[in-house]
Amino acid sequence: MQTHALTCTTMDEGVLLDLRDLTRACAQPETWVMELVQVGILEPLSGPAHKPGDWRFAGQALFTARKVQHLQQDLGVNLEGAALALELMQQLDALRARLARAGGFD
Amino acid sequence: MKFKDYYQTLGIERGAGDDEIKRAYRKLARKFHPDVSKEPQAEERFKELGEAYEVLKDPEKRAAYDRLGASYRAGQDFQPPPDWGQGFEFSGAAPQGGQGMNAEEAAAFSDFFESLFGGSERGRRSSRATAARSARPADHHARIVIDLDDAYHGAERSITLQSPQVDAAGHAVVQERNLNVKIPRGVREGQRLRLAGQGAPGPDGRSGDLYLEIQFKPHPWYRVVDKDLYLTLPVAPWEAALGGAVTAPTPGGKVDVNIPAGSQGGRKLRLKGRGLPAAEPGDLYIELKVVLPPADSPKAVEAYKRLATELRFNPRLQLGV
Repeated sequence: MQTHALTCTTMDEGVLLDLRDLTRACAQPETWVMELVQVGILEPLSGPAHKPGDWRFAGQALFTARKVQHLQQDLGVNLEGAALALELMQQLDALRARLARAGGFD
Repeated sequence: MKFKDYYQTLGIERGAGDDEIKRAYRKLARKFHPDVSKEPQAEERFKELGEAYEVLKDPEKRAAYDRLGASYRAGQDFQPPPDWGQGFEFSGAAPQGGQGMNAEEAAAFSDFFESLFGGSERGRRSSRATAARSARPADHHARIVIDLDDAYHGAERSITLQSPQVDAAGHAVVQERNLNVKIPRGVREGQRLRLAGQGAPGPDGRSGDLYLEIQFKPHPWYRVVDKDLYLTLPVAPWEAALGGAVTAPTPGGKVDVNIPAGSQGGRKLRLKGRGLPAAEPGDLYIELKVVLPPADSPKAVEAYKRLATELRFNPRLQLGV
């Protein structure tokens, strides 16, 4: 075991990812990532109007993309279905947060 | 090795038809999909479902399994019979794309599965795993559970990671390794940490990254929502009624909180900046809970009685009684 503790990077807005980072992390072609942008699942920080090569995504995008890939692969949902599932999960998370604030159980 | 009842895993009867098996699998796969489900054992259940389906959807494997299964129960000690596999030809048809297992899951089938179908599967599974690996990102993903205190102060933690690997012979093996990791101060639940170069070596020779998803161990006092903390603070009736300073815990240490006079239970107070640290730190929200001293001594009973006669207080006035 190494003696020095490894330093971590928090994958948030402070980390910028490009198209290649996402295709590599998900083992998917660039066109797949472009579809994710088209459906509105991923939003490039620079705006979708830019050339895909110039797109920059916040660190969280990597995990959103992976989630979509798993949903497609394991459950056979299409992109629209995955987008819907993601939105509903976000709503669920927001409700869970409200419940936690109110002192409920989650 | 324990016997696995694949029918039980999918919640179906032994005589279930192919359609029923598929339906049960699909329904449960949606329910326990680790990206969707918040069930604590979701990932484990999802893998078990995949393994059960891999066997039961395949008529050859299912027939072989059924011949065995008649004399075993789930969890019973199990050794494959010496004549196992005789009279059965496993053609090892590859699962159709789309539905079913991905390479990571396939590499993580149980010893039980391996002992039954490993021999016939090995060839194709290892080639499948290899094929998948060359296309597959070399990043690793794991979840770690940390204390709120670690997030508040930052910490060094030693973590143990288990990752399924496929060895040269095509066997699924679980590899364990320890890492010493710096948890950054102010990390929040659900955030991911990247450890550059700590994944597996990729096809291009470059090592992938390791991603750790942060989960907080439930804290006995604080509820955490993003960077804000919520605390229920017990106060005595006179503290609530008369107001004044009471001591409250915060992850950064004890602080004195000024209770406004005339507070009722449920009143919320905000301690700005006492939540998780950040450029703009979170807040600590305190909810007052009035706790009554028990009337368990003559003195206490006397005090309550005096209060009753002197205040003539009717808490149900608004109910018209």
